[in-house]
Amino acid sequence: MTIPTSSTAQVIPGQGAMATPENAKPGKKAKRQRFLFLKNKKAAVGLVVLFFYILFGIIGPWITPYDPSARSNDLLQPPSGDHWFGTTHLGQDVFSQVLDGTQSVVFVGFLAGTIATVLSVIIGITAGYLGGKADDTLSALSNVFLVIPAVPLMIIITSILDNASNLLLALIIGLTSWSWNARVLRAQTLSLRRRDYIEASRATGEKTWRIVGFELLPNLTAVIASGFIGTVIFAVLSLITLAFIGIVSNAGWNWGTILFWAQGQQALAQGAWWWFVPAGLAIAFLGTALSLINFAIDEFVSPRLRSAGKTKLKTASGGTVRMRIGFTPVLSNSAEPHTHARPLPGLTPGAATPVVREAK
Amino acid sequence: MEPVLEIRNLNVDYGLGDKAVRAVRDVNLTLHRGEVLGLAGESGSGKSTLAYGLTRLLAPPGVITGGEVIYHPEKGDPYDVLGLSDRGLREFRWAETAIVFQGAMNSLNPVHKISTQLTDVLKAHEPKMSEHSRNARAREMLKLVGISSDRMDAYPHQLSGGMRQRVMIGMALILQPQVVIMDEPTTALDVVMQRQILGQLIELRERLGFSVIFITHDLSLLVEFSNRIAIMYGGRIVEEAPAATIYRDALHPYSKGLLSSFPALRGPRRELAGIPGSPPDLAGMPTGCSFHPRCPKAFEPCSTHIPVLGRPDSPDGAARSVACWLHPTEQPVG
Repeated sequence: MTIPTSSTAQVIPGQGAMATPENAKPGKKAKRQRFLFLKNKKAAVGLVVLFFYILFGIIGPWITPYDPSARSNDLLQPPSGDHWFGTTHLGQDVFSQVLDGTQSVVFVGFLAGTIATVLSVIIGITAGYLGGKADDTLSALSNVFLVIPAVPLMIIITSILDNASNLLLALIIGLTSWSWNARVLRAQTLSLRRRDYIEASRATGEKTWRIVGFELLPNLTAVIASGFIGTVIFAVLSLITLAFIGIVSNAGWNWGTILFWAQGQQALAQGAWWWFVPAGLAIAFLGTALSLINFAIDEFVSPRLRSAGKTKLKTASGGTVRMRIGFTPVLSNSAEPHTHARPLPGLTPGAATPVVREAK
Repeated sequence: MEPVLEIRNLNVDYGLGDKAVRAVRDVNLTLHRGEVLGLAGESGSGKSTLAYGLTRLLAPPGVITGGEVIYHPEKGDPYDVLGLSDRGLREFRWAETAIVFQGAMNSLNPVHKISTQLTDVLKAHEPKMSEHSRNARAREMLKLVGISSDRMDAYPHQLSGGMRQRVMIGMALILQPQVVIMDEPTTALDVVMQRQILGQLIELRERLGFSVIFITHDLSLLVEFSNRIAIMYGGRIVEEAPAATIYRDALHPYSKGLLSSFPALRGPRRELAGIPGSPPDLAGMPTGCSFHPRCPKAFEPCSTHIPVLGRPDSPDGAARSVACWLHPTEQPVG
């Protein structure tokens, strides 16, 4: 049952001419839209910093100047040309330890974040969309996981298992930290599924998987994305906490292990600041980068703001104004005609100029 | 008549640079003291954008790219609203120009009493007022819009749609502004209630002496209630004349189309005719007169040259203006 387009074109004269915009450059426009997210300064800074973490996470173990566990005779040296971040009480190179430790932190953080996000999306949306018994069961499940204290549980599990690998740690963190996001997604889904467009698509007979995939999920993207970022931060901090209290010290180096040794040897009391400051800063910067990306996603969610592109603009007088609700910016404040309507010489007897009403 | 609000060459865009959609272009309009100026046109013709633009209420990405909005206060020198500072704008709003929004009855907060919401603005604009006189003013306002003052302590859900709408109109008038902008204030109401509210508004205007810019797509409503009517199409004003003049003989083919799309209550039966086609895409306007692709009387200059809004060469031309090549404009008296 399709209406041939030609019939509407016949009925409405000039429809074709009006339908084509004056300056349609689809290719250029699409490209610009794609990189709009990077125009956001928070997103750009966050992504650049995160890129370096991932880069060093991959190549870190290969480019360490020393074996991070190798002892030497340079005991507790401050930073120098030989040892950029100084050495430990055993003469180990702190720079190599930080570089080597990046991998496990980034790996565990992102793997745990992915596991938790996938679980929370599946459980949260299913509970919210299906309702009824399924909702009750899944809600009860996530409530149970919500009250499980994650870090003590991880301490117990990792201390039972002798050789806790990073993969296992990521699994444990991921499996215990999905419930909060599942609750948020369930609430959002509950609100969305009553919206008119969802009800309309159900009424037109769309299949459930399609409603969830094409109508619901795009509206949840921002919630899911910021949930993911939040879980990654949580996973990184959990891993470092576990390492710091000495639970996983035999699973290779990570920043928490460095802090564990620094704490154990009373680095602060000895004035060996180089021992713990680099690892602390690495954690802080990773957290900052992830938070910046999170903020940028929050700002980016509104399609209204997205279409605006930049929100700061220059006025004719050279100042800058910000686009805000309630105070529309004025770019040029003059009564000059913006476009010059040209009078037809043949038709009008006098030179017609834009009307200035009987002002004053 | 003395002007109270003069809009000169106002231009409003959505977006920036070459992606901008030009929603209002070169609009010149004067609102006189005590008159009701109707603004009519199809959806998307720029009526609301014009109203929000001149009060600087457009949400991003709306920007004003040029023009002046000169406001003449009751006492004192006229000034440009577009040049006001944020602080100045805050003081100007509501006290000098108030707006009743589209679907305004949903603007009431459901958890606060009517009285709280009515006196809120008095607290902000006249902080020295005592609570007693604030309540007295709110009660007086309610009475003015025909709601008994024992409804002061009612919550919004306890009022009907029409009553809520009247509360909003009363709220807009509470600081006795010179200009009231009404953006389709009665669209959500039934015709009986529409008439009642509009009658009340006209009565209030006669008593309080404010001017009204009334935005609607219901031209029949305007013919009855307004002094002058301006017709918008594609972001421009295409015709402007006293209400009776437009009703009797509209010059622009678009105005004629609008007028022939609703039936007359009295008089001979006539064929109802719509306007073929759909409103233009503001991002890709046709060249020349933006109405020419739909105009039954288009001829050769229409597709290439933009007609200028000016006084038509007709006997009653002095009081009206039109932008159409069918009615060559005389040199406007400046």
